[in-house]
Amino acid sequence: MLLLVTGPNAFAAGDSAMELVPANNDVSDTASLQRGARNFMNYCSGCHSAKYVRFNRMGRDLGLTEEQLIENLMFNAEVPHDTIQRTMRDDDATRWFGKPPPDLSVVPRSRGIDYVFNFLQSFYIQSESPTGVDNILLPGTSMPDVLWDLQGYQKAIFSEHETEDGGGTELVFERFEPVTEGNISHEEFQTFVRDTVNFLDYMSEPVQLKRQAIGVWVLMFLAVFLVLAVMLKKQIWKDVS
Amino acid sequence: MARIESEIGTPKGGFLKWIDDRFPLSKTMKHHATEYYASKNFNFWYFFGVLAFVVLIIQLVTGIFLTMSYKPSAAEAFASVEYIMRDVELGWLIRYMHSTGASAFFIVIYLHMFRAMLYGSYRKPRELIWLIGMLIFFAMMAEAFAGYLLPWGQMSYWGAQVIISLFGAIPVIGETLVEYIRGDYSISDITLNRFFALHVIALPMALVALVFVHIVALHEVGSNNPDGVEIKDHKGPDGVPLDGVAFHPYHTSKDLVAMIVFLMFFAGVVFFAPEMGGFFLEYANFDPADTRVTPEHIQPVWYFTPFYAMLRAVPDKLIGAMTMGAAVLLPMLLPWLDRSRVKSIRYRGWLYKSALAIFTVSFLVLGWLGTQPASGLYVLLARVFTALYFGFFLLMPYYTVIDKTKPVPDRVVWHG
Repeated sequence: MLLLVTGPNAFAAGDSAMELVPANNDVSDTASLQRGARNFMNYCSGCHSAKYVRFNRMGRDLGLTEEQLIENLMFNAEVPHDTIQRTMRDDDATRWFGKPPPDLSVVPRSRGIDYVFNFLQSFYIQSESPTGVDNILLPGTSMPDVLWDLQGYQKAIFSEHETEDGGGTELVFERFEPVTEGNISHEEFQTFVRDTVNFLDYMSEPVQLKRQAIGVWVLMFLAVFLVLAVMLKKQIWKDVS
Repeated sequence: MARIESEIGTPKGGFLKWIDDRFPLSKTMKHHATEYYASKNFNFWYFFGVLAFVVLIIQLVTGIFLTMSYKPSAAEAFASVEYIMRDVELGWLIRYMHSTGASAFFIVIYLHMFRAMLYGSYRKPRELIWLIGMLIFFAMMAEAFAGYLLPWGQMSYWGAQVIISLFGAIPVIGETLVEYIRGDYSISDITLNRFFALHVIALPMALVALVFVHIVALHEVGSNNPDGVEIKDHKGPDGVPLDGVAFHPYHTSKDLVAMIVFLMFFAGVVFFAPEMGGFFLEYANFDPADTRVTPEHIQPVWYFTPFYAMLRAVPDKLIGAMTMGAAVLLPMLLPWLDRSRVKSIRYRGWLYKSALAIFTVSFLVLGWLGTQPASGLYVLLARVFTALYFGFFLLMPYYTVIDKTKPVPDRVVWHG
């Protein structure tokens, strides 16, 4: 019996579908975050909100002036303290995709940044799907391949294996093969995706830029306090026999 | 004027005397600090009581500030936590301190309880201190469980769903009881509201009251020590135990050092690894609660996983829940299960030492198993270690009696 595995349970997300390539992004790289913000506003924010992220806070953290924010990034916001809302309306989203696309404010914290980095590059041609593509990491996804013009279309190569119980065969993902050329080189595309997920990483916890720096001061303070406390303890205990 | 004042006797002693005439301030300070004597040979294990108190204060203070911005409603809870993380000044710090504090509380309390098992601190005349301590532990578990629902993430929702549904296994009244706890037919806004009430009012009040009683009872009988001998048996001519030093300034100055070291670890987590690899803040809890999507893998936070593993080790839901309940309750009987002639592990034989080692390993392995899927070998392992966990308690009356003990010294061991 041949089991054609195309349902949503074909691959457990992040499990055995494919090895995740590390994103190797750097949230302290402001230029990368700025490019990521541009990518996000151009390619993601039409359908996805980041409703806990405020433009002005983001602008401050990314070293952008209010004018730069308004002219380059605030496509669907009125004032700089607005949050990032999507353009698409809920009822349209439900009609087109079955359900509204998820908010992306904290997604990297639940899925991991590597997952997002790989997910964006794992679309492949699947003629039976309404969007013409499917994703190895999220089979049956209703998300279209929005980066196809940059990456080019690719197809997935599967190999047939016996299932563990020996009762049939299943298709196991092997690799991607390019079908069409993208507008930019593979390296440029990798940088594009890395910048984008870097920005998602930043959005998921804006304070991470400052948190560790403050932590160093706190630990230094405690270290000095510790020395004093040890001296005090020794002084007080010196007459205990 | 001066004559009248001297007649009513106010000039001597000043303000403190004025207070002392109306409130036992100096008396209380003496009784609980400057003239409360505890053994001078306290070691590492004796820091965790005071550290538990430090964590309690951290939780109370950060909790008050979180409550100022948190919204206990199913529609707003998740967003209000993100609001605290992003828009509230230092909100992220307060939230991370509170979430790290929850885990720190259990680490410190588990080590505090382990200390009691090492040195027989629960033995006569300290049985009541141990029982009150166990009540604190239960209140803390309830507090943590109620608090975990509040961020309204996927794991908050489904974790609560699984645990509350356990009450449904009780025959006859089960389903009614579950509805009564939830206040609804499923976990909902109503459940969230009542858990909020329990988390910020009822249980903290119970905790603070129990901690107070715990300390009053402790100061009545006096602290145990690593040798398990009574320092009150040897007093100097001034009535002060020869091996005791005053809590203040001796133990307080020592505890201050421990507190700073603890805070360094605490800050290390808060500032550098607040999620602690998914153990302190579970990754799935960054997805808002969704009543239609069950997470692939539901697991409680690490501090409940030993008991969760025992629950899943039993195929029958009711017996599983009873096993878990028994595992939590059983330590209450320690003062009466332990029949050894000595208190401290220093003078116990190899039998108790092995039993305690097996118990410790069992608890840790069960904790790990509780984070793994309940399948195949893992279930088998969970059964074995559940049996060992219960064996430690139920066989204690036998092995502590036949265990070969060493002679206990008269006074505490002290190397200056």
